Amino acid sequence: MRARLLGVAILLGFGALRLPFELSLEKQQRALHYHGAKLDMSVRQQLTQMSFVAALSGFRSIVASVLALEAHTAWQRTDWGAVKVIYDTICAMTPRNIQAWDMGGWHMAYNASVSAREDSRTERLALRLRAEREYFKLGEDFYLRGIQNNPDRSMLYERLATIYRDKFKDPLKASEYFGLAAQQPDAMQYVHRFTVYELAKVPGREQEAYQRLRALYDKGEEEHLPTLLRLLGELEEKLNIPRDERRIREPSQHP
Amino acid sequence: MSDAPRSPRPRGFFLSRVNAIAANTLLELVRQKVFYFMLLFAAIAMGVALLASGMPFIEQFQVLKDAALGAMSIFSWLLVTLATAMILPKDIEDRTLYTMLAKPVSRFEYLLGKLAGVMLLLLVAMGLMGLFFAGALFIREHLAIAEALRDYGDGPDGQAAVAAIRQAAFTPTLLAALALIFTKSAICAALTLLLSTFATSWIFTVMISVVVYIIGHVQPVAREYWLEQSGEAPSMLLRAFLGFVSLIFPDFQLYNIIDEIVVGNAVPLSMFVQAFGLGLGYVLVYTIVGYLFFSSREL
Repeated sequence: MRARLLGVAILLGFGALRLPFELSLEKQQRALHYHGAKLDMSVRQQLTQMSFVAALSGFRSIVASVLALEAHTAWQRTDWGAVKVIYDTICAMTPRNIQAWDMGGWHMAYNASVSAREDSRTERLALRLRAEREYFKLGEDFYLRGIQNNPDRSMLYERLATIYRDKFKDPLKASEYFGLAAQQPDAMQYVHRFTVYELAKVPGREQEAYQRLRALYDKGEEEHLPTLLRLLGELEEKLNIPRDERRIREPSQHP
Repeated sequence: MSDAPRSPRPRGFFLSRVNAIAANTLLELVRQKVFYFMLLFAAIAMGVALLASGMPFIEQFQVLKDAALGAMSIFSWLLVTLATAMILPKDIEDRTLYTMLAKPVSRFEYLLGKLAGVMLLLLVAMGLMGLFFAGALFIREHLAIAEALRDYGDGPDGQAAVAAIRQAAFTPTLLAALALIFTKSAICAALTLLLSTFATSWIFTVMISVVVYIIGHVQPVAREYWLEQSGEAPSMLLRAFLGFVSLIFPDFQLYNIIDEIVVGNAVPLSMFVQAFGLGLGYVLVYTIVGYLFFSSREL
């Protein structure tokens, strides 16, 4: 009996010792955004009871993988509503999976939007364009939520910036998000240029864009890329920069 | 007064006795054909590798890694829980326990040997599953590379695609993920052994072990909800209850850094070290407590 009591005391003592350690470890993991998974009622509604129990029991990612296969089938059926709902669930379960946010956003902003614009069942162009824009917004929403959960990953900022550039035709926001992407430690080397390229398209920001383009140009030969040379030449013309201060003597032949 | 020789009381701790029991335990478990589940694992790994073929390549590898590592977690957990839960009842039923303890083998050596045998079994199983997983990953990688070269040619675009595929397929952190799965299963083995030292049937041991496993995963989620998200200040009673649950049950959510590895996120080395250290602590404490319960058990 004494041995058993000692056993229980050791268990409780170990519990008391490890609790602060576990809480500190959990805190460290939270700081790295590890514990963002939300297993709430909206997720429960999308899963069977067994899948929900599996997700609760530490098999979240395996349930998410099964759902990814389901989403792929829904995509092949062009069932965009199902694709959105399934990716919402996947992202809620594995919020640190940037591929899931990216896939959800990409399906909405690129595939579903084009499908809506070219939907032959809707005759009026205005309605099709409105539906297209709604899908852009759904795509944007995926990326914004993805960034909230993964503020340290460059890819989501970059993809969102690309949507602002190519879909919403909003160079200011595109420039802002390319800039945020460039600040992340895993940013691709070209992203910082895109920030300035987009800024050059914003009416009223030409002077700032010109200064930044010139700074890039002055960095060295490796920055003398066709787009930069073209934009710099255009802005020098537009801003009437004196000939002797210009970096581009001849108008660029590049498109 | 009888002059019959009494069986000598075990003196000291001998690693050779523990090794002998561990080797025997492994042999007994292997004879029970537990490795047949490998066929199922291989089928899952290969099935997913083929099923995912239509997806974008980064997603293909992610789904394969998720499914394979998830299946590894389930199989290794089931394997150690069932194998450990049956050890003591089987030895009692076969009377081998009495024969063994009548020899100069202490109960601690016996328990440690049995646990070491299960750990060896787990190590072999993880090694085999790891090999199947590597095989599936290798096949998927080569299929994806062939596809990329067909689509983009052998030029710079094709080479860039091949490099991206190689980067997405195998990362050294996958080995850390396997080690984490091993650690988590080792905790479950030690916990199940502790339960079986006072349980009266192996079904009871398995049931309680499964319940503890689920609570271990749910309790951090529940704690977070009650303390942070419910919108109401938690009562003293609720706080006491949560504290008690946290004190008794292990926090298995801390081992979910495997998910981070699968999706390719960087995990600091210190996080692994702490998780392994914590796992070692659990195994040690559960083994010692298991011995204390076992030492006072009437056989």
